[in-house]
Amino acid sequence: MARIFAYIAHKGGIAADSAFELAAAAHKINATASPTAILTGWGADLDAACNALGASYPEVWKIANEALAYPNAELVRKALLKVLPSDSIVLVAHEHFGIDLAPGLSIKMNSAFVSDVLDIAGLEAAAIKVVRQEFGGQASTHVRCDISSGAVLTIRPGAFKAAETSAGHGLLVDKSAEIGLLAAGRRYLETVVAEAGDVDITKYNVLVSIGRGIQEKDNVAIALELADAMGAAVSCSRPVVDAKWMEKSRQVGSSGKTVKPKVYLACGISGAFQHLAGIKGSPFLIAINKNPKAPIFQVADVGIVDDILEFLPELTNKVRELRGAAAK
Amino acid sequence: MEILVCVRRVPDTSENEIELNSAGNDIERDELVYSINEADNYAVEEALQIVAKIGGNVTVVTVGGEDDEEVLRREMAMGAHHGVLITDEAFSGSDGRGIATILKAFVQQDHYDLILTGVQAEDGGAQIGGMLAALLDYPFASLVNSIEVLEGRKLKISREIEGGNKEWSEIDLPCVLSIQTGINEPRYVGMRGIRQVASVLIPTFSASQLGLDENTVGLSAAKVTRLDYFIPSLGKGAEILHGNRKENIDKVLELVAAKGGLK
Repeated sequence: MARIFAYIAHKGGIAADSAFELAAAAHKINATASPTAILTGWGADLDAACNALGASYPEVWKIANEALAYPNAELVRKALLKVLPSDSIVLVAHEHFGIDLAPGLSIKMNSAFVSDVLDIAGLEAAAIKVVRQEFGGQASTHVRCDISSGAVLTIRPGAFKAAETSAGHGLLVDKSAEIGLLAAGRRYLETVVAEAGDVDITKYNVLVSIGRGIQEKDNVAIALELADAMGAAVSCSRPVVDAKWMEKSRQVGSSGKTVKPKVYLACGISGAFQHLAGIKGSPFLIAINKNPKAPIFQVADVGIVDDILEFLPELTNKVRELRGAAAK
Repeated sequence: MEILVCVRRVPDTSENEIELNSAGNDIERDELVYSINEADNYAVEEALQIVAKIGGNVTVVTVGGEDDEEVLRREMAMGAHHGVLITDEAFSGSDGRGIATILKAFVQQDHYDLILTGVQAEDGGAQIGGMLAALLDYPFASLVNSIEVLEGRKLKISREIEGGNKEWSEIDLPCVLSIQTGINEPRYVGMRGIRQVASVLIPTFSASQLGLDENTVGLSAAKVTRLDYFIPSLGKGAEILHGNRKENIDKVLELVAAKGGLK
């Protein structure tokens, strides 16, 4: 059985939450394997992250190089290629860095690549069977991945429950000396933080959140009116921002805001995992969508199959009616 | 600047209810509405905006069959100068590496300064751009949401990272970029535009024309194969309200109030 490695992202000396999910995924591939964490970076931050991981990984490989102080996927790939055995199974979190790193890494390792893995369905002699989704989560598939010459898998954040048990022996292996000089055709300049926007959707107990089902810019008013009547704010999913119907600051999801409301009204939102990743604290989730197959219905508490363009205005009227009666 | 945009025709998930076929080995495709993959459309628009500023040509290419010509024509109606269909029975069953291998062979037939893909397609692979770049030994960036052309064969680009923050980098040409949705506002394509390119000849390339070894593409070379489709169940599933609209509204308000949402 090939060795399993988990590439661990870290920031400010703290390993990403995905570190523990990758350990769980490795365990699910092969419960008897001892997965190795592999970290790249520079200085005290890298050392702190490596030391902390000793508690959850039997072995931690450290690659310290000044060129890796900021994670540049091309440089990280070159560094990994210097130290990874060619038949390794490499796990990487399916987020912005993993998406940058993993496909090219698989090419250079001449190994198989499967992205956005949700589950491991079985291990054979020379293959693993994994589960992933297509069509925006409307259909799942079993995928066979030949691991005879290694594999690179990106693992969907949140899909594997972080391993509870401590498997760590804290063995730290410094691989820095094997790396040498690193150069890339892409050079990091700076990170620009997203603008705050006019409404802070993270401060509301109730969010009326709209998706592609709102259909056009003029219809956003329907949601704003409902939110106004309820004392809620309007948030949205990615397609609404892509279409420039609402500001980026209103977007809930992995590339937007993380919210923790008490009640989340998902209106015309299909339920892509990137969107769900931004909803924390287990709010009461009510989904209204005219597509009965929409994945949002799998994670919602209550679902209504209806057209939001008709449902929401009637809901607004009812709220106003109740509020009017209460005011008297 | 010579720009190649790799595009794909996919079932439009916002327009379709996906169901399995009776054999369970595929989705039911008969009634599906197909369109250009959304992120690819943004990539074509970005390419068109770059050549509008600094000159050059935009070529759109797809690996597929006759039916896929429709999306090439659509993107040509948007303004792409050339469309190319790469098609061969031998390509059937290719995994991501196989598709990237085919595209690499095509890229090497000609000269491109910049190659764009959409960030991902309906299968959520997010893989072809990164693989193609690695095969060509070009620099790569994913999730790109701004591009500025600099002097000296370089671009300044930003990637969309966590929280919607932008990670800015400089990247050397030639390079491969995978384009995130929302980078621009793709222009509208009317029926008139489609009609104007309806009879344009779309050149095709086969495996042998690209000098591809059939052992490196298609099902036989694939390390990754899809075994089946099934309908997922992520959680316990929502309690679906089956009342009429008025009853459902009353129930929603009752629930919202009970959960502390209405005061």
